[in-house]
Amino acid sequence: MASKLTLSNRTGWTFALPGFALIFTFIVLPFFFAIGLSLTNQRLLSPNPTQFVGLENYRQLLGFAVVTLEPERDEAGEVVRDEAGEIQYPRLRAITRSDDYPQYRGMREWFRWQSGENVMVVIARDVVFMKALVNTFLFVLVVAPVQGGLALMLALLINQKLRGISIFRTIYFMPVVVSIVVVSLLWRFIYDGQNGLLNSILQGLSFGLFQPVDWLGDPSTALPAIMAMSIWQAVGFHMVIWLAGLQTISPTLYEAAAIEGASKWQTFRYVTWPGLRNTAVLVLVVITMQGFALFAQIDVMTNGGPRDSTQTLVFQAVERGYGKQDISGGSTISVILFAIVLAISLIQRWLTRER
Amino acid sequence: MAEVSLKGIKKSYGRVDVIKGVDIHINDGEFVVFVGPSGCGKSTLLRMIAGLEEMTEGILEIGGRVVNELQPKERGVAMVFQSYAIFPHMTVRENIAFGLTIAGASKQEKEQKVAEAARILQMEHLLDRRPSQLSGGQRQRVAIGRAITRKPAVFLFDEPLSNLDAALRMDMRMEIGRLRRQLGTTMIYVTHDQVEAMTLADRIVVLKDGQVMQIGAPMELYHEPANRFVAGFLGAPSMNFLTVDVLDLDGEAATVGNRALEPIRVATRRRPFRKDGKAILGIRPQHLRAVQSGKGMLHGVVAHAERLGSETVVDLTLRDDRELIAAFNEDKIFQPGDALELAFDTALAHLFPEEG
Repeated sequence: MASKLTLSNRTGWTFALPGFALIFTFIVLPFFFAIGLSLTNQRLLSPNPTQFVGLENYRQLLGFAVVTLEPERDEAGEVVRDEAGEIQYPRLRAITRSDDYPQYRGMREWFRWQSGENVMVVIARDVVFMKALVNTFLFVLVVAPVQGGLALMLALLINQKLRGISIFRTIYFMPVVVSIVVVSLLWRFIYDGQNGLLNSILQGLSFGLFQPVDWLGDPSTALPAIMAMSIWQAVGFHMVIWLAGLQTISPTLYEAAAIEGASKWQTFRYVTWPGLRNTAVLVLVVITMQGFALFAQIDVMTNGGPRDSTQTLVFQAVERGYGKQDISGGSTISVILFAIVLAISLIQRWLTRER
Repeated sequence: MAEVSLKGIKKSYGRVDVIKGVDIHINDGEFVVFVGPSGCGKSTLLRMIAGLEEMTEGILEIGGRVVNELQPKERGVAMVFQSYAIFPHMTVRENIAFGLTIAGASKQEKEQKVAEAARILQMEHLLDRRPSQLSGGQRQRVAIGRAITRKPAVFLFDEPLSNLDAALRMDMRMEIGRLRRQLGTTMIYVTHDQVEAMTLADRIVVLKDGQVMQIGAPMELYHEPANRFVAGFLGAPSMNFLTVDVLDLDGEAATVGNRALEPIRVATRRRPFRKDGKAILGIRPQHLRAVQSGKGMLHGVVAHAERLGSETVVDLTLRDDRELIAAFNEDKIFQPGDALELAFDTALAHLFPEEG
């Protein structure tokens, strides 16, 4: 179909221009903007001129240290204990506010653990960011394998010729079509601590023995609750990707395996799974990226709480950039997130490469 | 090794009957070829023997055992597919050893059997390659290798050579023939290529529309076709069919002729004909001879000639405007428009009733 239109270079570029312009304006430009802003002290609205601060923002976010607290001792050198026999330690602020340790100034406790008589305290310059970082990794580590695995199971189940199988496909896919904001709102009711659906069901099933839990109000259950909901919401999408992968596997390979005497598990192990290698890479990378971008659920359901137990990187980036008008801080988080996702994608590609 | 026996096999998809009652008995060690045009049900029949397809009716026995309800792996069959069906992510070695891996064979046993299969198929140097690095013929040999390592009772081939080019197909055909002599196992082979059928088979089963047309040795089918379909299906170029008038009828022969054909006597082979009715006369192109004017029984004009070197194929227009193909086993020059008179041995001609 060679015509003047398809052969002319200028025509081609003219057609591509709107797309290029949009991508450049809204993706390429902001990307470099973010890197640039992360090296300044830019605020959303500020009377002061912007200054170049180098890597100060990164130091602010990533700075952490481990300090050792030794037990308090009396004159005789004995360890001081309280009435319950607990060892007494000096307060952390004795270090972080001391002029002897200017490098720890402004840092706050992240977590601590006992080491013999001493206590090791990890202090961070930005504890909320650190919690967001850990929560995000935790979210990805749990959601990626569980969501990917469940999606594969569903895909295997619906990849059969059964009457009414398309009804099941539709049902499993339905949550994907619903906006995550709507889903999050609905699940807030499900997770409600007083008479939420989940509590009611669990109570019904246990004949009233189950004590209601405020799923989103308890720091130990809030993040798992959001994980469960997120897995449920997007599992249908990845199921469809797996299904597409399954259908590229030639049926004669299954017939050959059947004639050679392969069991169901052996057929999966030797025919299905190797045939899904490329799909697996895609699904894993997509879930990982979506996991790192966790925002809407947090914004709608918990706002990062309770006690920062559901803080995430993107939520923090938005919170800082717009909530606190700290554009440079938000940009810095975005750049860190980009570096993490890039590194993980490269590692995943390398691990799942064709050998 | 085993006998295979099909008794009253039927297969329907909903209301559509694909196989309409097939009875075939295959002896131990026999090489049987199912042949027929596409859609005749030959592949379906093979897949039912393999257990990949369920039978609607009938009894299937392998080695004297009814296997209707058995899974493919319990039937003791191995199958080679048209699309090779070798596993792309495994090396040749792993592919050949697949059945043994599945059965949990020891490493030593696997190695020994793979080596044996590789030796038989002359592919020792390919063992560590992946299927993507192999040619079509080599891939099919891997598939055959996988089939022979398990020492199955029956080999099933589903158009194994159809994806290969002509030269390779001939090589592989000979290789399968050699393999067959080496192993002596019962083999069932499906093809639409009559040359494969003629060269490989002990017996050929000709199928059409889900029914057996004729079963017999290749030469039996070639020389004594049971009906017009078999006569036309086997042999290339295919048999000429002329509509002729039955002029006279006695016990074992009929006198037939038409405007282009002088009256001749042809054996009726106990087929029913009516005096003054019509009949179909079948003559193989190779049985026709060009003769001097006045000595032939068929009269025509050359329309087109193809010189193949070993053979000359002539397309004639007969006196009654019908077409006839003649094949002469020498290189001869014919010009379009030449008048030609042809003769043939009437004992080699076949007379079929008009409807079938």
